[in-house]
Parts: sequence; C-alpha cells; structure tokens
Amino acid sequence: MTKEAVEALSLNEITKRFGELTANDAVSLSVNVGEVVALLGENGAGKTTLMNTLFGQYTADSGTVRVFGETLPPGNSRAALDAGVGMVHQHFTLADNLTVQENITLGVHSLLKFSLGRAAAKAQILALSKKFHLAVSPDAYVGTLSVGERQRVEILKALYRDVRILILDEPTAVLTPQETDDLFATLRLAIKEGLSIIFISHKLHEVMAIADRVVVLRHGKMAGGVKTKDTDKNALAAMMMGTEATPPDVSPAKPGAPLLALRTVTTPDIGSTPGLKSVSLTLKAGQIIGLAGVSGNGQAAMADVVGGVLSPSEGQVVLGSETAQKWTPRIAVQSGIARIPEDRHKTGTIADFDLVENAILERYTSADFSKSGWLNWSKSRAFADAIIDKYDVRCPGSDTPIRLLSGGNMQKLILGRVLEANPQIILANQPVRGLDIGAVNYVHSQLLAARERGAAVLLISEDLDEVMALSDVIHVIADGRLSPEFKRGDMTPAQLGLWMAGQGFEVDIPDAS
Amino acid sequence: MEIIDILFTASFWAAAIRIASPLIFATLGELICERAGVLNLGIEGIMVAGAFAGWMAVYSGTALWTGVCVAMLVGMLFGLLHSTLTVPFGLSQHVVGLGITLLATSSTYYAYRLALPEVTSPPKIAAFQPYEIPILSDIPLLGPALFSQTPLTYLAFILVGVVSLVLYRTPLGLAVRAAGENPAAVAAQGLSVTAIRMGAVMVGSGLMAVGGAFLTMSAFDSFFFEMVNGRGWICIALVVFGSWRPGKALLGAILFAAFDALQIRVQQTSLGTHVPYQIFLMMPYILSILALILMSRRAQVPAALMVPFNKGER
Repeated sequence: MTKEAVEALSLNEITKRFGELTANDAVSLSVNVGEVVALLGENGAGKTTLMNTLFGQYTADSGTVRVFGETLPPGNSRAALDAGVGMVHQHFTLADNLTVQENITLGVHSLLKFSLGRAAAKAQILALSKKFHLAVSPDAYVGTLSVGERQRVEILKALYRDVRILILDEPTAVLTPQETDDLFATLRLAIKEGLSIIFISHKLHEVMAIADRVVVLRHGKMAGGVKTKDTDKNALAAMMMGTEATPPDVSPAKPGAPLLALRTVTTPDIGSTPGLKSVSLTLKAGQIIGLAGVSGNGQAAMADVVGGVLSPSEGQVVLGSETAQKWTPRIAVQSGIARIPEDRHKTGTIADFDLVENAILERYTSADFSKSGWLNWSKSRAFADAIIDKYDVRCPGSDTPIRLLSGGNMQKLILGRVLEANPQIILANQPVRGLDIGAVNYVHSQLLAARERGAAVLLISEDLDEVMALSDVIHVIADGRLSPEFKRGDMTPAQLGLWMAGQGFEVDIPDAS
Repeated sequence: MEIIDILFTASFWAAAIRIASPLIFATLGELICERAGVLNLGIEGIMVAGAFAGWMAVYSGTALWTGVCVAMLVGMLFGLLHSTLTVPFGLSQHVVGLGITLLATSSTYYAYRLALPEVTSPPKIAAFQPYEIPILSDIPLLGPALFSQTPLTYLAFILVGVVSLVLYRTPLGLAVRAAGENPAAVAAQGLSVTAIRMGAVMVGSGLMAVGGAFLTMSAFDSFFFEMVNGRGWICIALVVFGSWRPGKALLGAILFAAFDALQIRVQQTSLGTHVPYQIFLMMPYILSILALILMSRRAQVPAALMVPFNKGER
C-alpha cells in the first residue's frame, strides 16, 4: 500500500465458525479506494463466507469490519449497503417474478412510501446501463433473462445504490470467455469512477488480468497477499494449494469397442434450458470423453439421456450394437452404466438414509443385495463398509445418515458405489464440484484408473481445465448442439470460447460407427 | 329454460355478490400470506374466530365498525402466532396451519359457551343493513345486484383494488412479492424477510377474520357453530384459481358464489323435484374443481411458497 492510498475497507481478524468447521480463522484484509483486490482460493477455502460476513449476511464470531473508517454493526446487510458496500452473489439474489427494474429498486425506497417513482428509476437505470455498458431492458422479467443478463442486473442493483465497494463472488463461473471480457470492461469503467472491487475467483488467469493485488485464502486462513505485478500464475497456484500444482499424468488412450452411442438424439427444451439437438456421440471402452461448455447449455439433458432418466424424443440410444427399444434408469443401470450425478444432495443420495442404504440405492434389487424380494442387510452392510474402507470415507460409521457427511466424503461414497459395481460406462457429471484439492485429485485418479481398466467415461464439467486435463477426446456443448470432437491441446482457449458461445461450428459429425 | 331465467334476475346476482363477499375478504387475506411465501391453513379457524369476535363485540354493545376492527385484531393475533411458528422458527406450515384452525375453532366454541352459558339459541344483533348507492342502484339488473349491498360488501370490493395497488404499485408490495419468490433477494437488499413475512401473515389473517365476521354481521345477524362450513378451504383453492392475483381471485369468488346461488334456486324448479338435492349441493364444488383444473395450468406459483428462510444459514 502506498502512502497516499485511502483505505476504503478493512476486515480485522474475522473468525467465523459453522459448528465444528472454522470457515474463517482470524482473516484480515484491507482494500483501498480504486483498487481491485482478488480473493483467491479453492472451493471451501472460506472466500464466500468472508464476503458474506463483510456484507452482514453472517455474523462473525469475532473480528470487526470497517468501511471508510466506520465500524459496521455485525450481521446487518442494510448497514453494509448504507455504508456503500454492494455484493453480487454467486447464486444470484433476484426474484424471477419481478422485472429488472423492480429487482433493482427493491428495498431502495422506504416501504412506507406509496409511490415507486417508476419513471425516475427507469431513467436512472438506463443511464447507468449505458454508462457501464450493461445492456439490459428495465421492463424485462428476470425469469426470462440469460445468466449473463442476470449478472448485469445484479451489478446494476449495486450501482443503482451508488455503492463505493463492489464485491463480486465468482462472477465468471457462469460466463463465456466473451462475456467475461465484457464484465472486465464494465469493471474497469467502475474503477475509473473510483469504486473499489473485491473479486472472488479461483481462476488464475482472470485474477492476473483484472486485479491489482491478490489475497489468497487456504482452509479459512490467510495464505498470503501479493501484488499481481510481482507474481505469476504458478506462484499463485502454489499459494492456493500449498504445493506446486501438478496436472494428473495421463497416458495416451487405447480406445476399444463402442459401448454406448447416441444417434441424432433430440430432447425437448425445458423452460429456457435447451434440450439436445440432434446429438450424436459414441462412448468407447478405455476412453474418457469430455464435455465442455457453459452451464445450462444441454449438459443436464445429456446426462439425463445417458443415465436413462430421459428418453430421447427423436433418435436412438445404441447399447453395444443393439438399439435400445426402451430407455429407463433401470435399463441403463442394468446395462452397466454407473452415474456420478451433478447434484449429490438432490439426486445422488437420500439425506436421511444411512450410508448402507445409500450405498445400495441403485442396485438394491440385484442378487448382491436382495433375494426374492427381501433385502440382505448383512451383505449390504459389508458392501458399505468395504467402500468406507477402500475409498477413505470419513464418517462415524455406516449407520450414519449421509447428510451428516461433508460434501467430499459424500462424493467418495458415491464414487465407491459407482466403481465397485465394475461399470462398463461411467457418467461423471461435475464429479469434483465443491471438493477440496485432495479429494479432486483422488476422484480424478480413480476415473483414470477406471479408464485403464477399460471403462468408457463421459466427463461433463464446467471447469475447462478439468476437461482438458482428463479427457482423451473433447466436445463442446452449446445451446444443445454438440461440436465436432477434438483432442486435448488442439484448440486455443479463444477458439474454445467461441464454440462455447455457440459460434464457429455448424455441423455435428455424423456417427460413423 | 328456468335456469336461464334465473340468470337474468337481479335477486340471483345480488345473492351471488353477497355469498362472494366473505370469500373475497378471506381470499385476499390468503393471497397476501402466500405472496409473501407463507401458506396459511389457519384460514378456516381464523374465520370462525373472526365471526364470533365481531358478533360478540357488537352484542356487548360496541358499534358495528368497532366489531369489524375487533374481528380483524383477533385474526391478527392468530396471524402473529402462526407467523411466529412458521417464519422465525421455520416449522411446517401445514402442521402449524391446521393446528391454528383447530385451536381457533375450539377456543371460539369454548369462549362462546363461557360468554353465553345459558342460552339455547344464540342472540341476534342489529347487523349491517343494505345501503343503496344513489343513482347507481337504479341501473336495471346491475343496480340491485351490485349497489344495494351492505357496506361490508362494498369494503370487500374496494379492498381488491387496494390490495392490488399495494402489491403492484408500492415498494412494500414489491418487497412482499419478492419475499415469496426469492427471500434471498430481499435479504440481499438489506430488508428483513422475517418482518415482511410476519407482517403479511398478520394482515392476511386479519382479513380472513373480517371475512368470517361478514357472516355474523352482514349475511346473518347471529353466530352458529359450523357456520363457516369450509369456506376457508374454498378460499385456498380460489387463490390458486386466481393465479395469486387479486383481480382474478375476485372473479373466482364471484363465479363460485354464483354457482352456489344458482344451485339453491335450481332446487326449487321442476328439475329439483326429480333430482336429489344433494346433487345440487355438490354442483358449485364440482364446477370449481373443473374451473381450477383449467385455470391452474397457467398459474404462477410464488417460487418460495412454503420454503422457510433462515438468514445466516449455509
């Protein structure tokens, strides 16, 4: 910090616990006027918790927040807003049934006032959106907007309140590279206006591009702070993970026979989420196929079709050499497809069931676990205990309700359940979302081991780095259409970005096999 | 033929509007609760309590309008209990709501017996009388139907406009609608979800109680057990029918009331001598179910209805 810099914000020794977990351990941070500070860290490092504490959504167990020299009362978002702190949450806090303007003006006027002052508000919103290049129509209903547009609404919400400090929580997680560039342009305009920005991310190149200074959190503690001009990506990654980051060592694939193929599969759109549009894809033994793309572009439909949840409205699913006549989850499981679902809480597990029940959830009717309609609990328990042992699931015992486990341990149980069935085909949908680096490496190594064993893996991920690191063959999915395949390293990020935005590829490669 | 004739009599429409009035109050009340994200199944019991409280107040010597306020206050007290349990404590809205209905109903009957231990038939009060609005009440058909009602009916219709205006045209209404759709959005703008939801439930419960009071103070002039008779549950359906919009809910209430008024009259026609009267009693409900099926397809449910919100929880 230079001497003439004016301090906009300082967090002093913030500690926040959730039960046993210490999410923030005496974290201190200060931001100057006109400065962009990036808060960098792995998932679960405590970045969002820290910002929610600053914004008054959590009450810190100890420590204080000062904004422009004034100490904020703890746990009071209103006070934070009044002091000039605005936050763009990772999960947008917008109401779909209201218009853009209504969302922006919500809570700005006194609730006892009778008029909304619509005309003046609209003029101000339009002026702000022009000034900061945030194109969005004030009268549109938020429910009809794309993710990128919603984010612009979130930023406008803060600017409309004339905030001086803007917190952005993983703003680029849902954006295409082009949208990210637009966002950065907007942020640069905001800095010119004298705003201070805290930018939360775990993407190193973005941090290097936009931030003046980087503060790294690791396991809830400060791991260090450094100016971007004095560092580089590798050094940051090392700070973030505690060791020099090493991508997994992947040997060349030896693809075998096709195990599952989709032939010109089409599924209906669900609301604004596109279905698949004439998609052809072949999963081969001993190969990992990666599916890259911005979330909400048909990944869910793809996962549902492969997992048997969704039957194509047009096109066929081909198992080995036979076209499936009926396509249901049970047939999929019986055909040797194992699924790591995207949302382990919602579709992967049943929260109040114990580990044994969750372990046999997909295959309780198989001869391994039941006989003539009666469950065999001793076999089931042995199976669960074996998974707990082999996959190092940290838990008090197999009779614990699974909701008491951390996300990483829950995922390990699911992984064990999937791999112990010796599946021919593995559908891995966001397999490492929300896991710490150790768990990530473990899941990745297990997927690679399954490939070595001859399984076909379909890896769906929004994390481009993950797709690039693991996949033998990569497709991009955009607006429900599948790009031609390419090999790792064959594409530049700029080209990929264009594809992910749905441009630059027209034809699906017809399925030759 | 006789049915067509009935549809063109002023007395039929006057009856329909009268039957609709308590439904309008209570439906608006339920709508406000649900718009803020709270399902209030206490409605049936709160209507019973309101019916008794308003009538009892007037019987004890207060003015009619004071009686309405007493009913409203009693409703708001039950609303306070309901919202305390469902909003900050986040308990099941089904269980709390049904519990409130049981509590309000039985404590009302208890209070009735305490207040009037000796009587065999409940005493009467001087209820609201129809007030003919000058000029407007002279319009043929429409005049006697719409403009020769009691002041409480006029209030019900005015409230539809007021609730609509507040919901769609004021910062407060905006906050209520947002609280029912995405409470996190409300919290992120520095407002208290708890306060907004509790306030909405209290005001809504107050309106339900006034709906009940209409029965004892305007439609009839006395209090009977079982007089609410499932009207509260009808209002829950009417909110869905109205797609959570006051104007459409008003239409639904009038439609249901018209069916009800019609079936009484059809019972007295030649058709009524051949068909068991129970069939006619069923008619408004069957037609309501059909209308609901048609209307609720496009209904826009508040996304956070029945979803508790706890600030600071991860």
